[in-house]
Formats: sequence, structure tokens, C-alpha cells
Amino acid sequence: MAWEPVIGLECHVQLRTRTKMFCGCPVAFGSEPNTNVCPVCLGLPGALPRTNAAAVAHALRLGAALGCRLREHSVFARKNYFYPDMPKNYQVSQYDRPLCEGGALSVTVEGAARAVRLTRIHLEEDAGKSFHPERHGDRRLSRVDFNRAGVPLLELVTEPVLRSPEECALFLSALRRLVRWLGLSDGDMEKGQLRCDANVSLRTPGTARLGTKTEIKNLNSIKAVERGLRAEIARQAVLLDAGERVVQATLLYDADQDRLAVMRTKEQAHDYRYFPDPDLPVLEADEAARTHALASLPELPWAREARFRDALGLPAYDAAVLTESRELSEYFEASAPPAHAKLASNWVMNEVLRVLKERSWDVGDWAVRVPAARFADFLGRVAARELPGPVAKQVFSWLPDESGPVSEILARHGVVVASGDDELRPLVRAVMDEQPAAVAQLLAGEEKPFGFLVGQAMKKSGGQAVPEVLRRLLREELAARSPRP
Amino acid sequence: MTATAPWQRSAREIATAVRAGRLAPAEVAEAGFAGPGARWEREVHAVLAADVSARAVAAAAAPRDRSLAGVPVLVKDNLCTVDHPTTCGSRILEGWRSPYDATVVRRLREAGAVLVGKGNMDEFAMGSSTEFSAYGPTRNPHDLTRVPGGSSGGPAAAVAYGLVPIALGSDTGGSVRQPAAFCGVYGLKPTYGRLSRYGLVAFGSSLDQVGVFARHVGDVAAVYEALAGPDPFDASSRCGAPPDVRDWTAGVRGLRFGWPENLWREGVDGAIVAALERAASSLERAGAIRVPFEFLPGRYAVATYYLLATAEASSNLARFDGVRYGLRHRAADLGELYSGTRGRGFGPEVRRRILLGTYALSSGYHDQYYGKASAARTRIAAEYRAAFGHGDFMLLPATPTLPFRLGEKTGDPLAMYLSDVFTLGANLAGIPGLSVPMGLEPGGLPVGVQLLGPADSEPVLLRAARAIEMDGEPARIASAEEREPAWPGSR
Repeated sequence: MAWEPVIGLECHVQLRTRTKMFCGCPVAFGSEPNTNVCPVCLGLPGALPRTNAAAVAHALRLGAALGCRLREHSVFARKNYFYPDMPKNYQVSQYDRPLCEGGALSVTVEGAARAVRLTRIHLEEDAGKSFHPERHGDRRLSRVDFNRAGVPLLELVTEPVLRSPEECALFLSALRRLVRWLGLSDGDMEKGQLRCDANVSLRTPGTARLGTKTEIKNLNSIKAVERGLRAEIARQAVLLDAGERVVQATLLYDADQDRLAVMRTKEQAHDYRYFPDPDLPVLEADEAARTHALASLPELPWAREARFRDALGLPAYDAAVLTESRELSEYFEASAPPAHAKLASNWVMNEVLRVLKERSWDVGDWAVRVPAARFADFLGRVAARELPGPVAKQVFSWLPDESGPVSEILARHGVVVASGDDELRPLVRAVMDEQPAAVAQLLAGEEKPFGFLVGQAMKKSGGQAVPEVLRRLLREELAARSPRP
Repeated sequence: MTATAPWQRSAREIATAVRAGRLAPAEVAEAGFAGPGARWEREVHAVLAADVSARAVAAAAAPRDRSLAGVPVLVKDNLCTVDHPTTCGSRILEGWRSPYDATVVRRLREAGAVLVGKGNMDEFAMGSSTEFSAYGPTRNPHDLTRVPGGSSGGPAAAVAYGLVPIALGSDTGGSVRQPAAFCGVYGLKPTYGRLSRYGLVAFGSSLDQVGVFARHVGDVAAVYEALAGPDPFDASSRCGAPPDVRDWTAGVRGLRFGWPENLWREGVDGAIVAALERAASSLERAGAIRVPFEFLPGRYAVATYYLLATAEASSNLARFDGVRYGLRHRAADLGELYSGTRGRGFGPEVRRRILLGTYALSSGYHDQYYGKASAARTRIAAEYRAAFGHGDFMLLPATPTLPFRLGEKTGDPLAMYLSDVFTLGANLAGIPGLSVPMGLEPGGLPVGVQLLGPADSEPVLLRAARAIEMDGEPARIASAEEREPAWPGSR
């Protein structure tokens, strides 16, 4: 029997702030364990939290970008449970009055835009990191690093509106693009900067009632989201097909083994005993703060993507690739010559991205070496047919490693481009004289030797001729020699 | 014993002498521990930790040109200090040393005060008698068979017997005002948020407030002035400049005070009722106007308080788990490490309140208990606000009884909880309260009364307390000024 999966995601985004959510410790990765800590994030007796305004501003910006309702008064609440990497044995989070509610993030599924409705976005603090039992002589020790404890986390919860693992993967990609675009987070899933839990249940297509759900934790890459969900959907389908029931449970996904393991069932579920954190005042986001959040937004990725498609006339695929990151889209716009968007897009997508991949650079690394103005100069020459294809490729290969304007680079390498008719016509004639057989074939209506003759002429020019000019001259010369009807 | 022995002087006298170079901070700091002080401490047990070398270092470092220059001070053991352990009267923090000073401790040091040690207390401030300290009870200096009150019994007793002129406690439901009344000293619980809670080990965060003990109204004002004010490290601290208390001698002429007589028609000790009448007379002689009114500050205040305080405590005390600091019960698995550590580390009253609070927040009971208590709190606070429509402040008992005997209530938690009935309203409403000593009753036990005022009324409360302190008849014999030269041991 066919079952319809109903999926909701809970995504955690580590915010890129200078300091932690409730204290002044730096947010840094790769430091020595337990060096970025203080009484507050270690939960020492007597220490009190104080809210990081930058984290709140980040969350408001994301909420504004996604069209959420931004609450004027939201409340931090304590989520109580014991775990050794949680210093206070409660997590400061938000419960019944989150910072943002509603809103939607649009994803393109099989060419069609689909708005994934959101439940809420709220702020909370991250926990430390446990390193599980290690042998020390005859003892087994677990160790905890609290550098991550208190790092600002943003939790975004979707409504149960996703219908396939593929959709979930697209949603996560879109979310990652957005948080990077807004400069909220690096969104690196490998570093745990973007994490995802999924709630999934199955039902008969066309029915409204939801089945019993399970929660899958630890979906820490886009691939893991797809594979973990696929495995769980298959598992639930087998149960339901056999007439059995799905037991409400929390599962852990092990990406290395591609396996799901039951962490706890409903009977063992935590009672988090939420209540408003008396140490933190109500979080106020007044009209001015909300207006500012909205006003401070850049052109959003989906708007820019649409503009690239509709105003610049780029194919949907190009528009999507170029707006994958804000930096790339901005570099593209700054370097594309007017009216030659597609040409610029080809160069950026095929050549620039290839170099980035080869050298493991990001757009910034490239832009430092090839400022947009220089690349614009280059593309302008290509568009004006001043640089023939092979020459252009050659010049492009010099760009990231050499400095100075394009004209200087050309001079440095002695690149002289031949494009004048007077220069090239004798060349074409000479080739035609050397290859009478080919000319005869062409005059007889065969097209095949045309390329061969152009190639010969190019060779004679030392590779410096503009091929379009050679082709045009060859056509003209052929026409001149053809017997008039 | 001369009237000028350093331990007998007020904090302001000491500071004046130190500023003038007539007195050395180290000398004052040791004075209370020498001679009769040492004898008294053996009996009373007000102090948990008092390190002589830490005192010497603190005395040497104290600036000598400030308002509290060289003034020795004892702080309750739930205030974090770098130079003495901070145990909260609990085994679970035995020997734990804070890497930082509480903001109020830092401000005391900046004002020139010298920390001489840490005061005994009911474990994690849970109790009304200081009998729930894991390190043994404190006794009332006026009668060693009786309790000093609690939970700040140590600091209150230390000020009463003369170890120090001032001390800090914490007041979550009366833990400063009740022991002040039991020990015959002043005890101020300021408006919620006026004194930073940073470094005060939390019990009920929305109720906790650092409080001041002293033997003189002027000393209370001086300490308040040195400590009050916003703290960027405490998000719950009150914004803006604190009220100016420098006019604590300005008198009460024309002020109106509420007289909610119905509160003590029954269940209040006759000596306390008599003290209330004396205090009211003193205020009237000073020109204040008595305004009798019926006050029913929420029949459910005690229940409301114990639900909220225990709910917050159950979460606040979760961090004591043996993982990062304090006592650790070595165990084979995590669950056992937690239960072993907490089972052995916490005493019976703390365990009881953690269980109560956990229950009050549990799913299925949350709305019924925590939710209802939160709503009740809002109403109770409104009732207090309305009461101050009758006057600038009100006069009422601090406690229903005189100091009770050790062991009298430890077996009956509910009876113990009811000793907070007159004090916990101020914590629920976030308003200031001041316990005023009214001398000794015929049996020789201290009697106190309480002043309550609206938020930020500390100046008014201090002026009223000063008017009572100044009045010669008939409270004179029992006033703090009079009693002070008589070391309690000589009684």
C-alpha cells in the first residue's frame, strides 16, 4: 500500500555572534577544551545570564526575512533535564512565547515553488560537548568540553507540511542559503552549525488525520536527512503494511552505519517542566526594533534569483546557481557587462566555479585576486569579441595569479589580437590557395572542410586571430570565387 | 570593657576613625574575634568560615578613604567570595571556592569594608531557624536555647553579639527580616532588583534579594547606599538610580502609616502586639499619622509563596549534580552519580523543597500549581499596591512569635513555614521591608516589628525606623543604642 509521509523539521542554527548567548565568552571553534568559559556558561553557583542583543537582532532579521510575526514581548523559559554537558541542568530556551511565529520558506520542488509554512523561530543556548567513555588505565572516563555551552542557537520549526525526504533536503539547502545570505551563521553542517531533527508519520493519501509520529535526531548533513528519513519511512511502512502500530519514540540516526536506533519511547519521554526564566526579563522587541529588522534586510536570495531570471533573462538553472551565495551573486552582478548576462553567467558558472573547486577557494578568495572590476573588464573584452575563445581561456587562466588590469596582462604575455580585415584577409586567401581541394568541395556545397580551413588560417595567425572574423572573411572569399548562377 | 571598643562601634564611627587614620582596618577586623567574641562564637556558631590570613589580606587591601573604610562585615554563606569558601550551609558545596566575588561583595570591598568571614545559614536558605545548616545550628545570642531565626541566622546573630557592626543576608521569604527580629537588630530587605543578585546562590530567583543587618538605622542606610544600583551582570536588577537614602534622619512629620490591626487580632504574641503599639506611638510622637485599615493580603500568600519558591528552587538547584564542582558520589553510572551526590549532598529540607517544586512544575500539575500560584502572585502584588493607598508605609509584625526553641519546629515543616506569614508578602510583591528591633520583652527575648512600603520606599522606611530608634519613651531601654554596650554575655 502507498503511504503518504508527513514530515516536520526542527532545525538548529548556531548563530555567528562575537560572544555567547548569555555571557561575554567568545564564540570560537577549535579552541583548547574549556578555555572559552566563565562562571555564567559553566553554570557556577550565583552566576546569572544576560541576553546577547546581537543574537536577538539576528533572530529578528531571520523572522523578518521569512515573513514571521515578530513578537513584541517574548519570554525565555527554562527547559529542565539532567545531562552532564548541560551546566545548569536546564537549558534557557523559549516555550509558549517565542520570538517569531508563522512565516514560510519557499523551496522549488520539481520546478514549482512551494511555500513551507513555519510554526516558530526562537532563541536558546547550546550545550557543551561530551566525549564518551575513554579508558584511562582501569577506569572509564567521560569528558565534557564547555566551549560550546551557551553559544547562541536559533531553533526553527516547520509545520508538518513536508512530504518527502527530497523536499526536506531542499528545505534545508534553502535555509542554509538564507542564514548564510543574512550573515547569521556559516551554516556548516559538518561543524554542527546547522542541525536537524525530523518528526515523521505516515498516513493514507487523501486523509487528514495524522499517524503516530517518531522523532529522528542527529540528522547532521543533508544526505543524512534524506537517508535517515527514507529509512524511517520504510520502517514505518513495513509496520503499517503488516497491520502493526508505530510506537511513538525518539530515534537516533547513525550516519556511518545508516542505521536508526531507538533512544527512548513515549513512556520514557522527558517532562521538561518549562517555566519562565526568572533571571531574564521579558524580551522586548519594540516597533523600532522590528522595523529595523525589516529595513536592514538585503535583497533576499529568492528575490534576486527571480530578478536574474526575469530581468536579466537567465535560465532558471543559472539564476539558482548564481544565487546560491550572496557573495557569488554580488560578484556576478558587479562583473557582468550590460546586456551580456548569459555570457557572464557562463564564465562564472563554468570557469570561476571550476577554479574555486580546484583550489578550494570561496568567492571571497577569488574576488581578492580578481576584483569584480577586473573581471568586468575581461568579460567586456570577451563580449566585444576582442578576445577570441582560445585566447580568452588563456587570459582567464592568468587572472587569479597575476595582478594589474587586463590590458597589462595581455601586454605582459605579448598577446596581440588580430581582428582587422586587412590583416586577416591575406591569410585566408593564402590558405585557400594552399588547399584547392577543400575549396572545391566547399564550392560544391559541402560544409565539412569549412572548419578545417578556419583552423588553418588560425594556425597561420599564430592563434591570435578572432575566429568570427576568420569565418566571415572565408565566407566572403568563397562567395567571391563561386561561379555566379 | 570601655564604650569605645571597636566591636561596639557603629560602622559609620569605624569608617570615620579609619578615614582619619585613628584606627587600622586590621585591628577592627580582629577585634570581634578576640576576647569575649571568641567565647561567644563558640556558643552561638554564627560563622562558618573565618580565615585570619584572608582577613589580614582584605584589611590591607581595603581603601581607607571610602564610606565603609575598614568596616568589618560578615556575609551569608550563599554570597560568592574569592577569599573564603562558599558552601550555602550545604555538604554538597563543602569547601567550594568561588572564582568570583558576588557584585554586592565587590561593592562592599570597593567601599572599604573588610570581609571577615561567612555567616551560617539554613542550607540553601531554606529554613526559618538556621537549624538546617549542614554545619550545625546557630543559637540566639539572647538565649542560647533558642533559634536566631533564619535562614540568615548567622549574620543576624553575629551583628547582635557584636562580631561585626554590619552583615549581609538574603531574604527570599523573610530570611533577613525574621532573624533580625529574633536577634534584636535591624534587617532590611530592599526593593526587588535594587541590590544585585549576581553571585548570590539562587534559591527562588524571582523572590531572592540581598539584605542588610545592622545595629543602627544609619548603618543600614550607609550599606544600602554603597550597594544599591543597577548591575550589568544581573538582568533582573532595577534600572535607574536607586532612591537616595541620605536623608534617613529627616523625620516622619506628616507621613501616614497604615495600621492593619486585623492582622494581629489573633495568633500573634502579646509582646509583639505591645511592641507594635510602642512603635506606632513613637511614630505618632514624631508627627506621623496612624491610618487603621483592614488588610487581607491574600489568604493564599503562604501557599503561593511555597509553590513559586520551591518551583524555582527545583530548577536552580539542579546544577548541583557532582559533575563540575562540589561533592561527587562516585558511581558506576550517571544516574547513580546524580542520585548519590544529591541524596547525600542535600539535607532533608532541601530535598523536600526540590521534590515539592518538581511536582508543582510537572506536566499535568503545572497549571494547577505553578500556573495558579503565578496568577495569585499578581493579585497579591496588586493588593499590596492598593494597601499603600492608605499610607506611605505600613507597620505590622515581623513574626507571629518570639524566638522559638531549638528543635521546636524542625519536625513540623508547616509550622516552620508559617513563621514567614508576615514577611513573604513583600517578596511576592517585590517591595522593601525593614525589621525594626523594639528591645527585649520581660523574659529577655528580642521583639521586633516590621515596616513595609511600596517599591523604592527605602528612604521612607529608614526615616520611620530612625524616628522609632530616636524616641526615648518607652522603647528607650530596649533600643539598639542602649543595648549595644551591654555585651549579651554580660546579661
